[in-house]
Amino acid sequence: MNLQAVAAIYRFEMARAKRTLLQSVVSPVISTSLYFVVFGAAIGSRITEVEGVSYGAFIVPGLIMLMLLTQSVSNASFSIFFPRFSGTIYELLSAPVSYFEIVLGYVGAAATKTIVLGLIILVTANLFVPLRIEHPFWMLLFLVLTALTFSLLGFIIGIWADTFEKLQLVPLLVITPLTFLGGSFYSINMLPPIWQTITLFNPVVYLVSGFRWSFYGISDVSVAASLAMILLFLGLCLGVVAWIFKTGYRIKP
Amino acid sequence: MSSVISVSQLSKTYASGFNALKQIDLDIQRGEIFALLGPNGAGKTTLISIICGLVNPSEGTVLANGFDIVKEYRKARSQIGLVPQELTTDAFETVWNTVSFSRGLFGKAASPEHIEKVLKDLALWDKRNNKLITLSGGMKRRVLIAKALSHEPQILFLDEPTAGVDVELRRDMWEVVRKLRESGVTIILTTHYIEEAEEMADRIGVISNGEIILVEEKAALMQQLGRKQLTLQLQEPLETIPGNLNGHDLELAADGHELVYTYDSQQDRTGIPGLLGELNAAGINFKDLRTHQSTLEEIFVSLVRKRP
Repeated sequence: MNLQAVAAIYRFEMARAKRTLLQSVVSPVISTSLYFVVFGAAIGSRITEVEGVSYGAFIVPGLIMLMLLTQSVSNASFSIFFPRFSGTIYELLSAPVSYFEIVLGYVGAAATKTIVLGLIILVTANLFVPLRIEHPFWMLLFLVLTALTFSLLGFIIGIWADTFEKLQLVPLLVITPLTFLGGSFYSINMLPPIWQTITLFNPVVYLVSGFRWSFYGISDVSVAASLAMILLFLGLCLGVVAWIFKTGYRIKP
Repeated sequence: MSSVISVSQLSKTYASGFNALKQIDLDIQRGEIFALLGPNGAGKTTLISIICGLVNPSEGTVLANGFDIVKEYRKARSQIGLVPQELTTDAFETVWNTVSFSRGLFGKAASPEHIEKVLKDLALWDKRNNKLITLSGGMKRRVLIAKALSHEPQILFLDEPTAGVDVELRRDMWEVVRKLRESGVTIILTTHYIEEAEEMADRIGVISNGEIILVEEKAALMQQLGRKQLTLQLQEPLETIPGNLNGHDLELAADGHELVYTYDSQQDRTGIPGLLGELNAAGINFKDLRTHQSTLEEIFVSLVRKRP
């Protein structure tokens, strides 16, 4: 195992995040905090509790999940798209590095960045709304698994995309709508029965539900189903990444 | 000398069906500077890309220092440094960081002493804290060489190293390459500039339409194929070459104002004294003369043209 290479890629990516602190940390923290202010404090004060939790606190796990999904995908997709775009990927391909090590470096760095962001937002949210975390281990587990899985998805998108537009397509047109419709701002029990059933086909519902359960012990679907869904998605992404490297798809003709 | 790169029956057919390489065999000797010449689309970059791991081979094998580039890719790639054709750099990185990154990528422990030496050798030391975006094209090319040398490779591939570089920098670059060879690094370069191959290479390979059509010592190539011409500027123009001179390989040029004699400079007898005597006897006087040796470019063009 070429650990020096993994560390080099990881450090390179973390240094890039440091150089772009405004974009990679400050911007997502501020935009997520705005949700707390608008939905939690302003509108939330008119909404009564949801399943025994104040509305402001209720939306925190969903909002963190929204940030986790979009930021993981953006970070990881850009990190591999840019070397392809600029041509510097030649160095990765000509180095004595296995595909696993390349993924470990890039996805590890992207996941680290989003986990740190998630924790910063958690601390920030605590300033606006009263938070409690009933199952901290599970909270961290869901945080790490989600960041990892969606960083892998981002990596796949970064390989697939051949334009900047395509790079933005999935985060903006797929992930954000699915997260908004996935119970970030409401419990799916509040929906009409037919929509409750339809919503269960949205995978993000399981992620938000599991994550919220780790905070308040309330969930829309069982915790086991949430865990199974994230593990299934992780397995799928790993499979696609393995296929990409096996075939050289869009990397190595 | 032993082979440091051994290419055997190497073929590449891209998904589009384009057959870029056709069963190539090639051996690069340890410690030499090998120039690979060929027109655009001949397969130069594909060949280098396969050896360095950027493109998958369709058939055949390549050994780098005895290691198979597919089965033993880690060991094979550790031997090789690659300087690509395009100036591809991370615009916002500093020179020091990008060269250090390359060393890490190749699995080598950090060595500020080695990086310092490489940067000093390439006259980049003063620029070590500069961002790459602020460097000139020539300096970026040096950074790419520094990156390729960061992990102390035995074999260095330079794909069009002086493309778009001005004459002065080109000569500097040649000096850098010569020093590298003196330090024991084997160098394989592709180039469009025949003068570059002529100036630097020990051996020359010519690739055309995905096939190696010639591999030869540069000096031997010049000897075998190099013709020399003596051009005499005549006092009075001639309409035809007098019959008594038919035994010589002569042509008229410049509307009869020049007489061009083609000969083999490697022969013991060039025939020049005899020709001059005969011209004198025929009353043909000349006011000036010059000689011209075939360049590699002329040899190269004639080789490629001969191909069907």
